[in-house]
Parts: sequence; structure tokens; C-alpha cells
Amino acid sequence: MKRNQLSIKTIVAIGIGAAVFVILGRFAVIPTGVPNTNFDTSYGFLALMAIIFGPVAGGLIGLIGHALKDAIFYGTPWWSWVVVSGLVGFFIGLATKKINIESGIFNVKKIILFNVVQIIVNAIGWMVIAPTLDVLIYAEPVNKVYLQGIVAGCLNIVTVAVLGTLLLSIYAKSRGQSGSLTKDV
Amino acid sequence: MAVEMLSYIERKSPVHRLTGVTKLLCFLIWSTVAMLTYDTRVLLFLFLFSVAIFKVSKIKWKEVAFVLLFILVFLLINNLAIYVFSPQEGVKIYGTRHVLLDIGGGRYSLTLEQLFYQFNVTLKYFTVIPAALLFLVTTNPSEFAASLNRIGVSYKIAYAVALALRYIPDIQRDFRNISLSQQARGIDMSRKEKLSKRLKNAASIIIPLILSSLDKIEMISNAMELRGFGKNKKRTWYRARPFQKIDIITLMLFIIMLIVSLYITFYDGNRFYNPF
Repeated sequence: MKRNQLSIKTIVAIGIGAAVFVILGRFAVIPTGVPNTNFDTSYGFLALMAIIFGPVAGGLIGLIGHALKDAIFYGTPWWSWVVVSGLVGFFIGLATKKINIESGIFNVKKIILFNVVQIIVNAIGWMVIAPTLDVLIYAEPVNKVYLQGIVAGCLNIVTVAVLGTLLLSIYAKSRGQSGSLTKDV
Repeated sequence: MAVEMLSYIERKSPVHRLTGVTKLLCFLIWSTVAMLTYDTRVLLFLFLFSVAIFKVSKIKWKEVAFVLLFILVFLLINNLAIYVFSPQEGVKIYGTRHVLLDIGGGRYSLTLEQLFYQFNVTLKYFTVIPAALLFLVTTNPSEFAASLNRIGVSYKIAYAVALALRYIPDIQRDFRNISLSQQARGIDMSRKEKLSKRLKNAASIIIPLILSSLDKIEMISNAMELRGFGKNKKRTWYRARPFQKIDIITLMLFIIMLIVSLYITFYDGNRFYNPF
């Protein structure tokens, strides 16, 4: 059972994916101008990996990647947000079968489906779960953490909508479509 | 872009001699206590204790100063934000109100309770940070993966973590190469560009990085498959070390600490220590 779930390719995808997540999360963030808020490109990448490799890989890339990023660059993992990164990866990954990116088709219908899923997941993750955990674990003021969560959630939604969709369509183009060959007469 | 990052520092010290499993377990216990408690006495004790362990480990403050500086800035901003958003949070928690300085008719008045609350928030970080730093710089990455497996994480996931640690420097180098070559073509990622343009330019670096990483995945998984990875239910680790006496003593000490600090924190039914 377990062996079917975690193929070698998925394991490697988790490892390399987490490494890329760390590097993007550290070096490829674009400040918006408002202090402490960034367009974090690593979430666009996380969405791509979740759609290609499925929920388990997506969840673990988010979890391991975020924990390592926090630990290596900031000294200590911020657990409440690490957990949410994992959840976001996992739940976006649930759309894998429906989108079936390996088929090489990423049309308007699938783009809409992908974005609906990611908006719902990001909204619940960053605006509800992350601040609630912050209050429970760190006992920070409620209005502060919810504002942080809403800002982070909106930014992540925009990043995934722009970058995630772009990455997925590029990836889809690199896959061969079935029946794309025509016979020369 | 020579950004410093935390990595393993080789030393000869008692902390280094502990097995990775012990350090991982101790770190988990430590984080749990620091997460659950808000009791000033426990926090102060943990803080002093962690400074003491730091001394024993022979790691110099200078070697981790860049992270500490960053955390201090973060804490300052965080503290200011807490005060701006909720200047009477302390009053709400401790239930009394001692005004020190009256500003703006009440809401932003400086109270003793608020100061104490924010002192606790700050202290909470200071108890976790030295422990986390220490765990990172005294644990060999390969041994870390072995330890994860030892405490019950599936070895496949432990191996994924090892892969991530192994490939972070490689990917960082790739990122740097791609970024420099794109900049040579006139793509600007710095503050001088408009935000929308910067997002587009960032994509021109990220896309090659991701595509090359996807190729890497293919290559590595083929290599692992050829070597029969995942065939057996268990695997051995080159870096795994057997438990010594010192490991058992340390673990006992930490478990006692966990129980005592949780008892002190919760025996009056509140995770905050109230001196007022």
C-alpha cells in the first residue's frame, strides 16, 4: 500500500521540490513596498509541483520546504505557518486527477478549475487556519494576526494565479498530447 | 548574493558527541515546552539553560550572529505591530490595569501589564532560538535524516529530507547562474524596475530554474531506481550511531524538564504567570 503511494519519483520530487522551495522563498521574493509583505514566488512553484506530483508530494514539499527555509535562514521554524504551507500543497494537489497535466491539455476550463481550487485553499489556509494557530500557539493579538493572514493570503492567491497558471501552461506545452501526430499521406 | 546560511559546524564538544536522535528528541521537547508555556519563570529558566548549553557546545556567537541580528529586527517590528494593533492585550490577559504613561485618552496608554506581556512574547522567542540554532549547527545533515527515520518517520520521507538538504546548495548555485546570465541579457530584478515588470522578470529566472530542476528529478530517480532504492522495508544509515550513556542521561534530563515545566505552567489552570 505504502509502496504504491510513494514511488521513487515522488520521493525525489519531494526532496528537490523542497530545495527549490527554499531557494525561491529566500531569493525570489518581490517586496510589494508594504513592510513584511512579499510576492512569494515559491507558492507558485508549490502549486505546480502539487498538480504534477499529487497531494502527498505537494503537502510534504510545503511542510519540509517551509520548515527548512525558516530554519536555515531565520534560525527557527514558525510552526503555525509551516503547517499551513503543507496543507495548501496537499489540498491543491487533490485537483491533480481532474487537471491531469500530463495529458498536455491545459485549457480555459482547467485554468478556471485550478484557480477556483487554489483561491479556496489559500483563503482558508492563510486567512483562517494560520492566524488561529498563531493565537493558540503564540497568543498574539487577534486583530494583528488576522490582518497579517489576510494580506499574506491575498498576495499568495495573486502569485499562484499569475505564476502558477503560467508555469502550468508552460509545463503542459512540454508534454506530448495524445493524438497530436498526424499521418502523412 | 553571497547570503550566509546556517549549516553544520564541526567541533569537538559534548553537544556534538550526542547522537542525532537525542538532539532531535531534545529539540522537539524543547519546542513543545516553549510553544505551550507562557509562564515567565519557565521561560526565564529555559533561556538561561539554553545559553548554558550554547557555552558547552563551543559554538561562538559570532558564527550565528547574522541570523540573530535578523531575528532581533524581526522581533522589534513584531513588538511594535503588537502594540499598534492591541495596546491593551496585556490588560485583557492579566485582568488588572496599572497605567504608567497616559497617551491619547486610554487606548494607547502604556500599561505595566502590556510591557510584561510583550516581554514574555520576546522571551518566548529567545528561549526557542538558541536551541534551534544549536540543533542546526551541531547536527550533521546526514545524521539528521537517519535520526528522523529512527524516531518513526518513514525512511522514504527521511530520505527526501536528506535529498533536500543535499540539493539546497546546488539549486542556489543554479539560481545564481541563471540570474546572472539573465541580467547579462539586460533583465533587471532590482528596485529600479516597476513592480509589474519585476514580476515578469522574476518569471524569466524562475522558469529555467524549475525546468532544470524537473530534469534533475528525472535523473536522480533513475539513478536511485537502478540502485534498488525502496525495495526493502528497512534500510541502514551510514551515519547512524548507537546510543551512549550520555544520550540516555540527557534524554532523562529533558523529559524531567518537560514534566516539571508543564506542571508549573498549568497547575493554576492558566498558561500565563500572573505577578499582578
